[in-house]
Amino acid sequence: MDLLIYLAPASVFLGAMGLFAFWWTLRNGQYEDPAGDAARILVDDPEDRPA
Amino acid sequence: MALTYDLARAPDLSAFLKRRDGGSPTLELLVKGARCASCLSKIEREAAAVGGVESARLNLTSGKLTVAFRSAQGADPAAVIAAVEAAGYPATPYDPGQAALAHDKEGRRLILCLAVAAFGAMNSMMFTVPLWAGLFGQELGPATRTFMQWWSALVATPCALYAGMPFFESAWRSLRARRANMDVPISIGVILTLAISFSETILGGPDAYFDAAVSLLFLLLIGRWLDHQLRAKARSAAADLLALQAPAATVLDGQGRERIKPLSDVAVGDEVLVRPGERIPVDGRVTAGVSELDNALLTGETAPVPVQEGELCRAGALNLSGLLRLTATARSEDSAVAAIARLVEAGAQAKSKYVRLADKASAIYVPVVHTAAALTFAGGWALGLGPREALLRAVAVLIITCPCALGLAVPAVQISASARLFRRGVLVKSGAALERLAEVDHVVFDKTGVLTEGKPRLLDAPTGLVATAAPLARASAHPLAKALAAEAGPGPAAIEVVEHPGQGVEGMIDGRRARLGRASFVGVSGETSGETEIWFGFEGDTKVRFRFTDALRPDAAQAIAALKARGLTVEVLSGDLSDPVARAAAAAGIEDWRAGLTPEGKSAAVDALKAQGRKVLMVGDGLNDAAALARAHAAIAPGTALDASQNAADLVFSGEGLMAVAQSVDTARVSRTRAMENFGFATLYNLVATPAAMFGLVNPFVAALAMSGSSLIVTLNALRLRSR
Repeated sequence: MDLLIYLAPASVFLGAMGLFAFWWTLRNGQYEDPAGDAARILVDDPEDRPA
Repeated sequence: MALTYDLARAPDLSAFLKRRDGGSPTLELLVKGARCASCLSKIEREAAAVGGVESARLNLTSGKLTVAFRSAQGADPAAVIAAVEAAGYPATPYDPGQAALAHDKEGRRLILCLAVAAFGAMNSMMFTVPLWAGLFGQELGPATRTFMQWWSALVATPCALYAGMPFFESAWRSLRARRANMDVPISIGVILTLAISFSETILGGPDAYFDAAVSLLFLLLIGRWLDHQLRAKARSAAADLLALQAPAATVLDGQGRERIKPLSDVAVGDEVLVRPGERIPVDGRVTAGVSELDNALLTGETAPVPVQEGELCRAGALNLSGLLRLTATARSEDSAVAAIARLVEAGAQAKSKYVRLADKASAIYVPVVHTAAALTFAGGWALGLGPREALLRAVAVLIITCPCALGLAVPAVQISASARLFRRGVLVKSGAALERLAEVDHVVFDKTGVLTEGKPRLLDAPTGLVATAAPLARASAHPLAKALAAEAGPGPAAIEVVEHPGQGVEGMIDGRRARLGRASFVGVSGETSGETEIWFGFEGDTKVRFRFTDALRPDAAQAIAALKARGLTVEVLSGDLSDPVARAAAAAGIEDWRAGLTPEGKSAAVDALKAQGRKVLMVGDGLNDAAALARAHAAIAPGTALDASQNAADLVFSGEGLMAVAQSVDTARVSRTRAMENFGFATLYNLVATPAAMFGLVNPFVAALAMSGSSLIVTLNALRLRSR
């Protein structure tokens, strides 16, 4: 059971990574325009088209 | 009410350009009707193709198009608007002001608190589950138990302190004002739970509730966030409506030209023009013109106040009758109160005396629970338990009677209900509005624009005559002539047309001179020319009369019948003449009607009904309804209503059908039933759980299970509203 001493902080650290990732997406404005992001993937960029 | 800016009237929009830090200006436009990927790319392509535009990006969720220009010299907002409108999407310059920005901050903070609470709840639960196993006699040594408890404390305490801040702050504010709101028991519960759990951990006891403290906050934050979302959605919809109308002022420049400026750019000393039906944009002194002001939104007084040259007008007052010219005496931010915020909040303010369902419930809940907890502690100690054991039981009572049902039940129901109404084109401004709407027992309709379409329609006339007069009607901008032209359909227009203001229009049809307009103008004598008729005739020929009526909305009779079937009494209060009101009422199936009412008369009638103990729902659209809308128990306005009426109303329905009123009442009633069911469930749960906690039958595992279980049931019950 001594392994818990390493595993406990490791699991909390992983959870904290998830929380940090969410904070980052929030800061990054990724929830500002869900409808637009869903639609934008369907729009062809002129640069992407084969010549 | 036109939803787009009249470009001819507002030639100079450069004031709407915002400077970024880099120096190049940007423009924000509110674009209507964009729904899909092809709309998005079309709008962005059209806007980016305009000269001087560096980039254009549309936010499909909010409908805002942000256009960045390369430099200030080549920036032409009007050209961008024209390009977007040519693509088929109405666009308007947008200046949301600071209020919306601050609000978004609050939403972000709540969602971050929610995320932190979720992290804290899940991770402290990870250390708590082994502890629960220990409670049921599984093998768990005291050293491992203490280890788990400390980790649980390490994760849960900072999370609970951060996620609890919205509650702690609110509780502190209300305590300083010498009142107690719902957040006071929540804060006491969380802090006491953390404290007792620490002392248990230090003393090596088994009962640590760290996970319970942070899951309680998590569940409560869900309710808080749902409530916030509902208000934010309504607020942003209201802000969009306002952005189309209010926050711009017509300013006269040095040469006497009219320029539209955002409110924030109006400076002291500017000459401001205010047309009838518009709001006074900033505090100012009248330099020309005579009018009456409606101060209802400022002071609550509904009687119009006459103003003339030299008098002060306050921002937010509604100009009722005449054109006014003002010299601004304060900037927008310094004006009596910032006008935009007041407009959006007005409806809520007028009805703030209403005690909401959750507050009624918490007024009973708080004293009962705290007495129970205090009794548990005192009784337990007196009956021979140690002070530590007695305190633990009291805390168990506080935790197990978690106010989740109160915090979650009502918002969850109301957000489902308003989402359902939103899909049907009805905008709900607040949760309280739904609660009031559920209580109404009497409906008052305005006639023009509510029961009827608010547009004149030609009464039966021979098709041949209509076709003869149509070419001249097509050339006129008068509403009655437009209705005549609409009846005739597309066709040629008259030539050599001369419009005589207040009289009529004259022109040549097939080489013959003809006139369309008032009886005296066309050449008929001895006939009184009413408001709803026009005359037509060729020079030297017989004259014919066209009469118009305001047609009922197609589903008016059906909607009235539906309301009556729901046990509501229906009445019409109109400012129109008796004859048309009687006809419209009869056609819609309404027995009670009153005509010729002034705006004061309408609000007095509503007051009289209130005095009789009736709960009145007012449905109105005009300026003359605004006072009655604000005074009624609940109010609904159509989307075509004036901004003042939309602001005074609790619900706004778009679309042509009046059935939306009956549907709104239905949804409001169902949501009240659901909320009541949730309270009933919460009461039942507390009746079982509280004695159990008092007699020490509750351990941390039972507490966690009961708490999340009760919240889940309450939420699922609320979601039943959504599925239909």
